[in-house]
Amino acid sequence: MSVTGFLTDSTLCIGCKACEVACKEWNGVEEDGLSWTGFSYDNTGAVGHSTWRHVKFVESTPVPGIGGNSPEQATWTFSSDVCKHCENAGCLEACPTGSLVRTEFGGVYLQPDICNGCAYCVVSCPFGVVQRNPSDGRAFKCTFCYDRQKVGLIPACAKTCPTESIKFGEIETLKEQAKQRLQELHERGMTDATLWDSSDTSVGGTHAMFILRGDPVSYNLPPKAEVPTIYLKKAWTSSAIGAAMILGGAILAFLSDKRRNGRAA
Amino acid sequence: MAYDIPLPEHSEADPRERKLFEIRREAERQGQVKSPGIHPSGAPFPVASPQTGYYGIPLLKEPAWTWEIPLYFFVGGASGAAAVVGAIADYTGADRKIVRDARWIAAAGTVISPALLIADLGRPERFLGMLRVFKPQSPMSVGVWTLMGFSAGASAAAFAEFLRGRYGPSLPIRVIEQAGQAMSMAFGLPFSNYTGVLIGATAIPVWNNNVRELPIHFGMSGLGAAVGLLELMGNNKSRALELLGLGAAMFEVWEGWRLESRNKAALNPVKYGASGTITRIGGTLSGPVPFALRAMSLLTDGRGSQKMRRLASISAILGSLITRVAWVHAGHVSARDWREPLGVPHVQE
Repeated sequence: MSVTGFLTDSTLCIGCKACEVACKEWNGVEEDGLSWTGFSYDNTGAVGHSTWRHVKFVESTPVPGIGGNSPEQATWTFSSDVCKHCENAGCLEACPTGSLVRTEFGGVYLQPDICNGCAYCVVSCPFGVVQRNPSDGRAFKCTFCYDRQKVGLIPACAKTCPTESIKFGEIETLKEQAKQRLQELHERGMTDATLWDSSDTSVGGTHAMFILRGDPVSYNLPPKAEVPTIYLKKAWTSSAIGAAMILGGAILAFLSDKRRNGRAA
Repeated sequence: MAYDIPLPEHSEADPRERKLFEIRREAERQGQVKSPGIHPSGAPFPVASPQTGYYGIPLLKEPAWTWEIPLYFFVGGASGAAAVVGAIADYTGADRKIVRDARWIAAAGTVISPALLIADLGRPERFLGMLRVFKPQSPMSVGVWTLMGFSAGASAAAFAEFLRGRYGPSLPIRVIEQAGQAMSMAFGLPFSNYTGVLIGATAIPVWNNNVRELPIHFGMSGLGAAVGLLELMGNNKSRALELLGLGAAMFEVWEGWRLESRNKAALNPVKYGASGTITRIGGTLSGPVPFALRAMSLLTDGRGSQKMRRLASISAILGSLITRVAWVHAGHVSARDWREPLGVPHVQE
């Protein structure tokens, strides 16, 4: 069994949302309702408890000439977002029940039968992926199709992607593919193409990598995401100091009181 | 005079139609629509860009905690600090009533705290999920085990207190009492301030930017509340409690001053808007107000002095509670701020 990953290539995505549908079908994820965001063709908004794959519709001002854009057309890029399956996962570290585990495929898996709905993972995810389902009370997120991978199948989203924008495979191979693909894109004039995998931060890389054009910020991908465990040392030091202050203060206050009373008597 | 575009009859049932009417109405009233990504005329295309992010959709998810959690933070802080104060009062041979009352406060905390946590989880048996593992890297896990240790100690001490009142201080009762008290103090110390670690070590910018401050801040505010409760229970002659209350309030003044003097966009939720106002009210009630009242009561004596101490106690308790509510609320506001996690500079509005 190898350590696997997703490589989502936004230059190949056509925004068909087949990955979203396949994910919902396979995993039995509940519907999100049909509401309009009112500001773009993206009517889903973000990944969440009921959206494990989410196609972003990155609409921006035209960049003529690049990628065959004519000046009067807006640049339109699509990118299928998913749980990043971090190397150092905030949710996994924060989970107090052991519901979130690292699988043999390198993904982060939430065991729904163990999750108790404390929602601490929600505030510990630097990418805003995992979310509590208000009607159920427990948290949900992408399973990395653990059940499919277990029997040798590839995740439903990657399987269904008609343009192979979502590539799935052994992570080292994918990194190699990404490098080649970037070189190819750069040669074709798309010099703004980059690979986003958060490997330069405390997250330490992700099992879902993205090939993007332009600034990752346009795709709601943070340039410097940090796993919250980096704050633990400072926090517990401060907690120890705070405890010492209460203890020391109480001892001082009661001892001084005792001395005073002793003198008075 | 702006006129209202009437909402059509069927809009209740159709959220899509409703959204469109809401946008039209806002445009009509304000002259422009401020919802994410909507731009005034001249910009027909909403844009996702390095300056505007992804249509201003927040990257982070808001905390999903319900009202029970800030209340739990308050109860934990007050009861944890009370256990420490009570134990030290006992060890230094202070007034028995302080020791006894502190044990009752701690014991009340051990009943209320798990009840609040269980209520937040929705289904009672889910609480047990937290007890199947111990994870030192998860403040939630460490906190739950701290609560367990604290509960065992504080309830043993309170039970011994009850037996002592009934049968007098026999040896076995004193053994239970001392063991329980030592345990409730050992666990009470982290229990009073771990909630600062809990929210500090998260991905929410306003919380993790205060990761150094929050635990001490929460602990001191808890101490102020514990002293306040003890004084309101009739221990209003104790000079030690007065000094402790003064010290806690003094620290809260300093904490508030530090917060106000730091200028950072990530701190906006505790400074501006509704969450900023609540933070300031909480801070004022737990810092300057009790500090001034206690200082004045030290300088005066008689009935006026007692009245000021009582007011200082009430203020510190309310301040401690409002402070927790404020910080949790600020976390919500911070999570909705799409600029901070993306590193996009804030614009002055």
